[in-house]
Amino acid sequence: MKLTLTEEQEMLRKTARDFLTNKCSKKFVKQMEESETGYSRELWQEMAELGWMGLAFPGKYGGGDMSFLDLAVLLEEMGRACLPGPFFSTVVLGGLSILDIGSEEQKQEYLPKLIRGEKIFSLALTEPGYHNYDASSVAVEATRDDGNYVIRGTKLFVSDAHIADYLLCVSRTKPKSGITIFLVDARDPRTKYALLKTIAGDKLCEVIFDQTLVPKANILGRLNQGWSAVQKIIQRAAAAKCCEMVGNIQRVLEMTVDYAKERKQFDRAIGGFQVIQHYCADMATDVDSARLSTYQAAWMLNEGLPCTKEVAVAKAWVSQASQRIFALAHQIHGAIGVTIEHDLHYYTRRAKAAELVFGDADFHRELVAKEMGL
Amino acid sequence: MIHYRDFLKDEIRKGYWEPTCDAWVQGFDSEFTKRVAQRGWIGLTWPKEYGGQGRSHMDRLILTEEMLRHGAPAACHWFGDRQVGGAILSFGSEELKKEFLPRIVKGEAYFGLGMSEPGTGSDLASLQTRAVEDGDYYVINGQKTWTSCASFSEYFDVYARTDPEAPRHRGISEFIIDAKSPGVSRIPMIDITGTEAWNDVFFDNVRVHKKYLVGEKNRGFYQVLHQLDYERSGMERLMGNYPLFEAIIQFAKENRLSKEPVIRNKLAQLQIEFEVGRLLIYRVALVMEEGRAPNWESSMSKAYCTEFEKRLAAVAMEILGPYGQLMSGSKFVALRGMALHSYLGSKGYSLQAGTTEILKNILATRRLGLPS
Repeated sequence: MKLTLTEEQEMLRKTARDFLTNKCSKKFVKQMEESETGYSRELWQEMAELGWMGLAFPGKYGGGDMSFLDLAVLLEEMGRACLPGPFFSTVVLGGLSILDIGSEEQKQEYLPKLIRGEKIFSLALTEPGYHNYDASSVAVEATRDDGNYVIRGTKLFVSDAHIADYLLCVSRTKPKSGITIFLVDARDPRTKYALLKTIAGDKLCEVIFDQTLVPKANILGRLNQGWSAVQKIIQRAAAAKCCEMVGNIQRVLEMTVDYAKERKQFDRAIGGFQVIQHYCADMATDVDSARLSTYQAAWMLNEGLPCTKEVAVAKAWVSQASQRIFALAHQIHGAIGVTIEHDLHYYTRRAKAAELVFGDADFHRELVAKEMGL
Repeated sequence: MIHYRDFLKDEIRKGYWEPTCDAWVQGFDSEFTKRVAQRGWIGLTWPKEYGGQGRSHMDRLILTEEMLRHGAPAACHWFGDRQVGGAILSFGSEELKKEFLPRIVKGEAYFGLGMSEPGTGSDLASLQTRAVEDGDYYVINGQKTWTSCASFSEYFDVYARTDPEAPRHRGISEFIIDAKSPGVSRIPMIDITGTEAWNDVFFDNVRVHKKYLVGEKNRGFYQVLHQLDYERSGMERLMGNYPLFEAIIQFAKENRLSKEPVIRNKLAQLQIEFEVGRLLIYRVALVMEEGRAPNWESSMSKAYCTEFEKRLAAVAMEILGPYGQLMSGSKFVALRGMALHSYLGSKGYSLQAGTTEILKNILATRRLGLPS
């Protein structure tokens, strides 16, 4: 098992940190939160030129031939920087899914464009009234019509759909058991978007498919057999979200310890008070354990080992640990930490969003229970 | 891993012993220790010239994990193998290494620790036991307490004050004292489970030859910090009650309790916490593997894991309901009374080998650089 980074990964981390420190200030993050699109085309293109979109894809599609573990390093740095934009949607939800289940033809068609930063992807999975990433909750329907499919229904919480070029739409193709993933042209005029106002200021959308036409050739993976692929997408996304969160909480620990060293009350730094020290020690334990369980999950995922339990342990743990970390981070920062003048809120808001997506602690605890044979 | 596990399963099958909670510190079985020694599994990481196997810390971690998983009675050799041998290896003279390491490896020298005193708990540098030079000897006077395995110990690793004038951290030295020396006496202390968990150990004009001074005179406090990091580092802080963990999961399954959402939730949460603790301990072994002594990493794993063990015992008691209060040997007792034993015993886990509060101080100062 690998719990530490290689020399190359350390270099990647440094490059990413330097780049993001330079390009992704909190002022920029704020601008993006307030903007309609939620990302900067210019920065997106620079990231593509650095090879970030293609990092974990094979060279034959223009990728960097690196692994999910390398991508994990990048995601961690993005979490640390609160990087706005559709990287997660495009690469983790879109590109890696296509790589996993797409036909060779589909890979040739879509991956090079994705890797060059030309096309944005996302996953349309959850719906109004959905419950716990369960196949039976999928009500958006795709019906056959003269060799094509027609998609009807509403998806919810679809990240970056308003700027996406393609959506991987999880649809019902058979009443009880048939789920199929379609690659849908997101710019089809029969598809409507409404931006939601979210805690993290990220761009989640309501997507209404009003008889959106999809050619049969755009079925991704197998007809009616798509749910196991969806489960794998959720699993990979959960692990990837943990990577982002590790970057987030590591930064928050550093900010909090720095603050405890600087902030003086009763003529001394508050970090000299034992109660503050123990809060910080608890935060460090939660950060390290989140990191270790995330690295374990990412490593096993990358090796192709069965890792249902390990990913579930990581997401359940990171979800809970991050909430404890933020409770303490805010307590130590005192009142300045609950103002918009201080950067802490960027992290607090993102951590809550990350906790809720791709299964919260309850969801993943139940997966662990099943793995234990309970 | 496979051969460790096969050996232990075979031992259980032959009825040599029964998996027990806390067996690493309370299961005394000199025959078992001999059989482990014959396989070369004591001092696994030590150099071959002293009888060790020169194997990795990760190997040793896997071995101890299997010992704990099977609740094996390894108390006779645990302290010598885990920390005293390592202390001698790190600080001891060539003569001391040659005298003790091969015997520990053969399962022929059992050790107890002489650190705490009645007035000296977390503040170890305040210890009062005196060692006064007298020719080729030191004369030791004082009282040690909370000494685990003391009734079975043949030697004590004792810290005593050699320079009362020096600043208190700089006047302490480490000695290996033969338990048979004239002037050494022991009084058992019974813990709240009813077990003889420790002894008070008294030193009344005990004469120790100077060759049994470990490391440098007056450097004992720095040596004990090093040793404590090893004492805190291992899997026993997470898996001391593993037989209970297995048994309560099995109990919940057999009695269809595991389908009840509240119980299901508690057990799954325990499993998550267990997996996380295991990673924290593996990290400590990776640190040692890199050739570094474990430092704040073992403080973190120990503080975390002892809390897990408390929750394990609490959850087991909750699941057993009124049966949880029945002691081993009682009519209707469930799980051989393991839950009750662990529930009471676990109160001490976050006190021994560094209280959780001391460990968090270490994390705050050594890891995070907060002012001490």
